[in-house]
Amino acid sequence: MGIKIISPGLATSVQDLGRPGYYHLGIPISGGMDRFALRAANHLVGNPEGSAVLEAVFLGPEIEFTTDAMVAVTGAELPLKVDGEPKEIWTSFSVKSGQTLSFEFLKAGARSYIAVSGGIDVPVVLGSRSTYGLGALGGHEGRNLQSGDKLEIGDSSITVDEGRQVPANLRRGLGSSAELRVVPGLYWHRITEDSQKYFFDDTWKVASEADRIGYRFQHGRALRFNERKQPFGAGSDPSNIVDSCYPYGSIQVPGGTEPIVLHRDAVSGGGYFMIGTVISADMDLIGQLQPNMDVKFIEVDIDTALAARMNRQSNMQRIREVV
Amino acid sequence: MKTRYSFGGDDHIFAEVDEEMSLEAFFRSLSVTKVVKESQIDGIVEVCPANASYQIKYNPDQIKPNDLLAELKSIESAMKNAESILQTRVVEVPVYYNDPWTHETLMRFRERHQDPDSTDLEYAARINGFDSIESFIEAHSGSPWFVTMVGFVAGLPFMFQMVDRERQIEVPKYLRPRTDTPKQTVGYGGCFACIYSVRGAGGYQMFGITPMPIFDPKQEISHLREFMVFFNPGDIVKFKPIDRAAYDEELEAVETGRFEPVIRELNFSLDEFQSGIDEYNKNIGEMLHGN
Repeated sequence: MGIKIISPGLATSVQDLGRPGYYHLGIPISGGMDRFALRAANHLVGNPEGSAVLEAVFLGPEIEFTTDAMVAVTGAELPLKVDGEPKEIWTSFSVKSGQTLSFEFLKAGARSYIAVSGGIDVPVVLGSRSTYGLGALGGHEGRNLQSGDKLEIGDSSITVDEGRQVPANLRRGLGSSAELRVVPGLYWHRITEDSQKYFFDDTWKVASEADRIGYRFQHGRALRFNERKQPFGAGSDPSNIVDSCYPYGSIQVPGGTEPIVLHRDAVSGGGYFMIGTVISADMDLIGQLQPNMDVKFIEVDIDTALAARMNRQSNMQRIREVV
Repeated sequence: MKTRYSFGGDDHIFAEVDEEMSLEAFFRSLSVTKVVKESQIDGIVEVCPANASYQIKYNPDQIKPNDLLAELKSIESAMKNAESILQTRVVEVPVYYNDPWTHETLMRFRERHQDPDSTDLEYAARINGFDSIESFIEAHSGSPWFVTMVGFVAGLPFMFQMVDRERQIEVPKYLRPRTDTPKQTVGYGGCFACIYSVRGAGGYQMFGITPMPIFDPKQEISHLREFMVFFNPGDIVKFKPIDRAAYDEELEAVETGRFEPVIRELNFSLDEFQSGIDEYNKNIGEMLHGN
């Protein structure tokens, strides 16, 4: 008993809070790109916060329920309906066996999290139900969902009422532009002082290559490098380094032209230099960015990053208390 | 070598042991990360050694960035004169060099290559001063390699050849990455060999293909039942050139669940290795088939 995928949307996958511990073997953490929305969705239907949900991007799926369940959809502003009747986002609602959940066109944001009471019950692989597509690992058969897929729902011990809601002031606002805070570092010293300044001065646009591996940005000025003789093993381009690990959120700039911020399905390492790292508090926000949106990178130090992290956590704590 | 530390946001510390690649830098990275793992510092989430650097992911709610940095520095300074010994294994990897599948792929992406008129093998042999692809393959398969990093994608080993710098092979990556690379392609970029664990994009030169699977998320293949990723940093690899007939045979062994890689245990000493590289490598070669 569970759900059946009538149409999968653009790229809908099973995700939870991820699979830490295997990055040194090239297996990334995966999991929801907007973890705040994922936790909140689970909370609304009475699941443990790390239960597996569906992550849909840009275009919602159409899902037929073969069991009764409590459901909540959070994240992007993606209007939804049950058998044609509109339902609110960030709010729990009940679905009866035989009913169909569908979505209208995206209004703002990028990713929706669809939590079902009991959680999506796919096999646990290396400690997580998250899908890692590049490695054909986890989730439903290691891939995004397709029409006709049937997914099991876990047993739900807690029953919650319909209409449980995250108040609007606790949701993340989704505008037409965004600011991402960055701690400069890693190979920051490789670019000139002018380039260091321009990187934060310029307005960047989200490119069409924006997925679970990383987000690419365009239209800022190209970075210029401090001259050096390339170290042995680094490769000849000034943007090359001896292949190293890539932190989640790190910003690599191949050839000095288009920054790429790595996300939850990150490639774990490679030979491109990095100029810094997006702070942990702003990683969720990247998951809600659409191509063509304006983005500014804001320079912060590590103490500011830690304070921002605390702030996000207290927001989640308030949801636990209020909802 | 002086390690340079940097914060990667508020939840990573990145340490560059050396700007350039060397076995010494790799050994330092591997030994420090080993001690860091063993020290079980609260809050550490991931410990990732790389070629000449390493990275720690941590939970800043459990340990403050500066406290972890101080811990890492003290671990590193306590290890200054540590003996470079590694308990590891030697693995023989059969390679069908100049195979039809990577050849078909490289021909499809010729316009993205530095030298569209020769193959990747011909190009690599020429710019490294070899008179034929045969002598190039001999050098590539003649001396063993250290797995100095596993990553990029799941289970992909980066390998650094255990020879002095004058004999290291160096090739640039493709001018623009390919959108396709056959699974288990034996590739090369910069001073690193690699084996592509999955089919996909890639920028490394392609020299051949191995019938030996190195990543199996389903854990069905005989030697990957216990764990889906075959390689670990610190493994030693020796390539064995094979022909089409042997390739087909090995592939059948894989498909029928009979394939078992040739593996030997080795207590590797960096000092001993450096005092006689060719002799040491010869012994490694003999270990594999000197039962």
